[in-house]
Amino acid sequence: MANFQPVLLEAVGVPGGHTLKSYRERGGYAPLERMLKEKQPAEVTELVKASGLRGRGGAGFPTGLKWTFLPKDHPGPIYLCINADESEPGTFNNRILMEDDPHQVIEGIILSAYATRATTAYLYLRYEYPQCWDRLQSAIDEAYAAGLLGKDIQGSGFSLDLYLHRGAAAYICGEETGLIESLEGKRAWPRIKPPFPAIEGLFRKPTVVNNIETMACVAQIARRGVDWFRSIGVPADPNNPRDPGSYGPKLYCLSGHVERPGCYEAPLGITARQLIDGHGGGVWKGRKAKAVIPGGISMGLLTEAELDTPLDFAGPGKVGCLGLGTAAVVVIDETVSIVDFLHNSCRFFAHESCGQCTPCREGTAWSLRMLERIRAGKGRLKDLELLAEIGNTMGMMPGSTICGLADGAAWPIKNAIKKFRGEFEEYIKRTNPSGWMVTDPVPALPIVGAH
Amino acid sequence: MATVIVDGKEIEIGAHERLNCIEAARRAGVEIPHYCWHPGLSVVASCRMCLVETGTRDAATGKITMMPKLVPGCQTPAKDGTVIVTDTALVKDSRARVEESLLIDHPIDCSICDKAGECLLQDYHFEHGQTERRTDLQPFHSRRRDVGPTVTLFVDRCIMCTRCVRFTREVSGTSELMVINRGSKEEISVFPGFPLDNKLSGNVVDLCPVGALGDKDFLYQQRVWFLKRESNVCGGCSAGCSIVTEHNQDTVYRLKPRENPHVNKWWMCDEGRYGWHHLHSPDRLLSAGRLVSSGEDRETVEWSVVVTRLREELAAAGRLAVAISPMLTLEEAWMLCAAARSIDPQAGLFLGHVPTSGGDESFPGGFTIRAEKCPNRRGIEAIIGLFEPAVRGWDDLVRAVAASEYDAAWITAAYPHAWIDDVTAAPFGRLRSLVVQDLFESPLSKLATWRLPAAGFAERSGTWVNVAHRAQTFTAAVRPPAGVWPEGRLFWNMLGRRGLYDPNAVRRQIADSSVSLAAIGGDMPAHGVDLRVDQLAST
Repeated sequence: MANFQPVLLEAVGVPGGHTLKSYRERGGYAPLERMLKEKQPAEVTELVKASGLRGRGGAGFPTGLKWTFLPKDHPGPIYLCINADESEPGTFNNRILMEDDPHQVIEGIILSAYATRATTAYLYLRYEYPQCWDRLQSAIDEAYAAGLLGKDIQGSGFSLDLYLHRGAAAYICGEETGLIESLEGKRAWPRIKPPFPAIEGLFRKPTVVNNIETMACVAQIARRGVDWFRSIGVPADPNNPRDPGSYGPKLYCLSGHVERPGCYEAPLGITARQLIDGHGGGVWKGRKAKAVIPGGISMGLLTEAELDTPLDFAGPGKVGCLGLGTAAVVVIDETVSIVDFLHNSCRFFAHESCGQCTPCREGTAWSLRMLERIRAGKGRLKDLELLAEIGNTMGMMPGSTICGLADGAAWPIKNAIKKFRGEFEEYIKRTNPSGWMVTDPVPALPIVGAH
Repeated sequence: MATVIVDGKEIEIGAHERLNCIEAARRAGVEIPHYCWHPGLSVVASCRMCLVETGTRDAATGKITMMPKLVPGCQTPAKDGTVIVTDTALVKDSRARVEESLLIDHPIDCSICDKAGECLLQDYHFEHGQTERRTDLQPFHSRRRDVGPTVTLFVDRCIMCTRCVRFTREVSGTSELMVINRGSKEEISVFPGFPLDNKLSGNVVDLCPVGALGDKDFLYQQRVWFLKRESNVCGGCSAGCSIVTEHNQDTVYRLKPRENPHVNKWWMCDEGRYGWHHLHSPDRLLSAGRLVSSGEDRETVEWSVVVTRLREELAAAGRLAVAISPMLTLEEAWMLCAAARSIDPQAGLFLGHVPTSGGDESFPGGFTIRAEKCPNRRGIEAIIGLFEPAVRGWDDLVRAVAASEYDAAWITAAYPHAWIDDVTAAPFGRLRSLVVQDLFESPLSKLATWRLPAAGFAERSGTWVNVAHRAQTFTAAVRPPAGVWPEGRLFWNMLGRRGLYDPNAVRRQIADSSVSLAAIGGDMPAHGVDLRVDQLAST
């Protein structure tokens, strides 16, 4: 652990690190040129598959496997979409990569496009990242000028056009089919699956959607090899044939109540406590952590007692969280009311629900209404039952929605009510001494703030 | 064949039928509730009301493996071995929760809502909802949005199924409706300056499963539970859309499309939908009038007297020409031809005036509004073909009358719109006897010796043959106004037939006497019969 050297974040702090010249000096694009000469697309896919790389966007689906779902010998175009709509609260690792080392990302994109035989790639950038836009656009221009993008890249016969597309600031555009719809110029309503994007995606053509960090990992796998990648992280559980393991370095976004928030690169499997204490300098002001979000707000909550949970793809799930998500670790110190936390979370998801599926559209808004009322001193114990029910029944996992946004909205509710029920009950009884036991419907409060 | 198991009951579906779980379950007699799915629109699977448990039965071992989570019935194909379970606690709870969710923001203003009584939200709530309200009580508003000339949107009643939005994108191709805002603040709206104004706009009201989209023509006119429904055919154009005429106490209140895969699918055009108002126009001719010999006044003649006097007068007048309106049914046309030939064995039988307007108009969803604004030209031509060597049209008749080839003419019309001008009508004034049967006074009827009232389309029973040679039989929805005999009744009596006019008896008689129309002899299916196909099959 101590001798772990950042790889993905190599360029951070390097003056001019975002330029092509600097990237070349660090050995960039040489692996790409070698691969284009020496390897067939299928071999590149095999390489990524063998590395055990899992998508860094949140779901952790094995990247190489995803690529193999594309139809073989497809006569028409195949598209590669790069998801840079990084909007999970607490997450900023893609931003660092795009701002400080855009060529690493572009090299990964070219390699991935080569492997998937895509000749057009779209990079879907979230609206709020103007610096990324500038850096990426100038890096793309540099790459075109250097013959790394465009027709017949480096004489290999392979051509790729990379387009930068800026979204209009909606969380749902980070869902891969929502992103595709948005890219097509439509309202970002996630599509029903099947068909999956690999069969019918952008413009109804086979499409791969990958995250920015995944692209950076692909570039590093090409440069440093499969063995290097697999030497980092947590190997697959031999007792669980469905566990593909958690290999490679990972960018953890540490924020909230820590002394030194920031984006830290660590091997997958670092525990939350190691991250907070080792990299973050501990919880701020000498306080204790009350709860920690393991990977973006939609993953749920770790309690202080669960901080030794390894943050790999399988770890957070073992303590009732949704998963690793985007590895955005947010620390909530002991002074924070968990009621406020949940209110904030519910407000976010009620605002960002795309409104397509009834359970999510109404469930997120209903939970926000209840939280608003609880915070206004009119909570009831019954509200906790209702919140728990919403949390348990909303989402892709119970089958009640099309996309995972609802699962993300449900998990904080579920975790907060389950792990901090005492605090909720105490809060409700304290703030509503005369009405906490009511079970009949109560008048709604006028709602503020959600939209 | 493929076997699908619905709630333990095995049903067979065709091997190549592409059914979803809702359709397959319906075959087994199990109704899976749904809002957003409609067979004529794309699948969005967003209302989540049709969630069911599914599984597969292994063909070899018979072992059933269930899916761990609920799936939308609309999106899940029913294949051989598909197991659909709709009655588990998981499914029932899920439905109750969706109902509860939809009612959170719904105003529950059923008492003043036009949709009450035919509202899926109401029906499903009684069937699948829970009795207790668990959400907070809040005051509701009744926000209305004028989305177009035919439709009003009651914003708060909407459940965001987006059927209407998909209709304007996929069927009418006009894309006026859209979803604005996000999450629970979502609403249906139109872009400023681009209202819902297309020729199929009324269909969105039919598609709306709740009371959100109100038809301005029908709004607050009648409670739906007072309406009686008669399967009927639209007389607006030669497309011959299958419709349901909804009426109460002999007043039509609205027309709705009736599903017919061979004709109009689930749709009808606004022209047809709102084209019934002439039935109740105060200007309609309401009695049989005979020109008084001394002047321009007409005396009202009792129908029983008309039957005999008309025959006598026409027989006395000499050479008879008959115009058979394409608004008439096959049965009426056949009896008219028979009656005319019994008066004058040489009577000339002409196809009546065929009103047209513009060209055929097709929509992306496959729907076509025909330029020919009458329902039965093909049928009339077939009937005339039984009596005449060739079909002569209205222009031939006008020419023949102008050339004094006839002494008397019997013009059936029944057109809802003005159809003839003074110049065209003038030569008819020279005839010894002129019978005009029409809905309204016209330049022609002013010249008539006999001005007889006609029946409107919903007051008529019989068979029409549409532009695609599909014969559809229907029954009158309402009685004609007092004093009006439908044409068929007059012809029946003029032929001296006994009892009440029975269009079915006439239809069978036509089928017996004609090879080309033999297909209409049996009991007519609701979707009608294709005269060409059935003709080929029988020979």
